[in-house]
Amino acid sequence: MPMPNSDHIKVKVWRGDAGGGSFAEFEVPQQPAQTVLDVVTWIQRHADSTLSYRFACRVGMCGSCAMMVNGIPRWTCRTHVNKVVQDNRLTVEPLRNLPVIKDLACDMSEFFDKWKRAEGQFSGTNTRAQAVAAISPAEPARRAANAAIECINCAICYAACDVVSWNPGYLGPAALNRAWSLQNDSRDRRHGERLRAISADGGCLSCHSQQGCASYCPNELNPTASIAGLKKMAASAFFRSR
Amino acid sequence: MIELRLYLAQRISAAIMAPLVLVHLGVMIYAIQGGVSADEILARTRGSLLWGGFYGLFVIAVAVHAAIGLRNILSEWLHLRGLLLSGLCWFIGFALLAAGLRAVAAVVGS
Ligand code: SF4
Ligand code: SF4
Ligand code: FES
Repeated sequence: MPMPNSDHIKVKVWRGDAGGGSFAEFEVPQQPAQTVLDVVTWIQRHADSTLSYRFACRVGMCGSCAMMVNGIPRWTCRTHVNKVVQDNRLTVEPLRNLPVIKDLACDMSEFFDKWKRAEGQFSGTNTRAQAVAAISPAEPARRAANAAIECINCAICYAACDVVSWNPGYLGPAALNRAWSLQNDSRDRRHGERLRAISADGGCLSCHSQQGCASYCPNELNPTASIAGLKKMAASAFFRSR
Repeated sequence: MIELRLYLAQRISAAIMAPLVLVHLGVMIYAIQGGVSADEILARTRGSLLWGGFYGLFVIAVAVHAAIGLRNILSEWLHLRGLLLSGLCWFIGFALLAAGLRAVAAVVGS
């Protein structure tokens, strides 16, 4: 007996907005090397053109395509269907821990506002007129910054973090990881202000160090390690100021 | 700054408790080898400054550590904030301290 539609994937897609929503089901033809983003795009092009979602680069650079896929936050443009499909089924939802705008598109404002709160912007000491600062790639601080720097702002870690879901004021792994890379940048002049910002209520001290963020970061960054570094930095600054 | 102080107080109290727990367990295991009665234990602890200080320090560390830990849980899971949160945690801390010191007094006092 032929399997009905075994060359199709059954896809449940969350539809709705900030007021609530429900799942819609689609059957999507399977393709070789198909990504989850390809599946969502197929639905929008061929089944329901009102489906909203977000993407830009399709190559894992821009960080805009993250969604919950079978309950796990993933960059959908670099996630192959055959790696995540279960019993020929996929469930696609908007990222956890962020308010939904519509369907699979989340409102990222609070995520980026927290980058600002964590002093995530670079403030240089030099002007254009001065020579470029010489920083050896072997310096320990530079190595620490390097390990944290390849963040694409996808908010996957933010969606994975339970502390964010319990305490909406928590800065979250990405903003703190960014703060850590700047604290290790000797050209930046706001180390003191940043350290105060990240050791206040909702800062690095709220992290439980259980590495949910690090297990899902698609770029294999380890925000937990960055946050542990910030905790140490905050503690030693406290004892030095005594 | 209060967050940082609480964080450090919790880590420091943990660092104090850890060796005390080990010594406590070690002494217990050693002391009961030949069988020992409550009276025999009390005979050794009564009036002992050493054991009074040892368990007194442990009780203080427990009160600090538990109150701050519960503060985090209450704030994360029950979303308590502000005065209610601080009030509850001071209460828990003092209750633990009182109960603990009472027990220490019973073991060390005559
Ligand atoms: S390690 Fe910290 S930042 Fe990462 S998921 Fe856990 S609580 Fe969140
Ligand atoms: S740390 Fe990783 S998971 Fe978090 S936003 Fe950056 S790239 Fe995404
Ligand atoms: S679309 Fe740019 S990272 Fe996925």
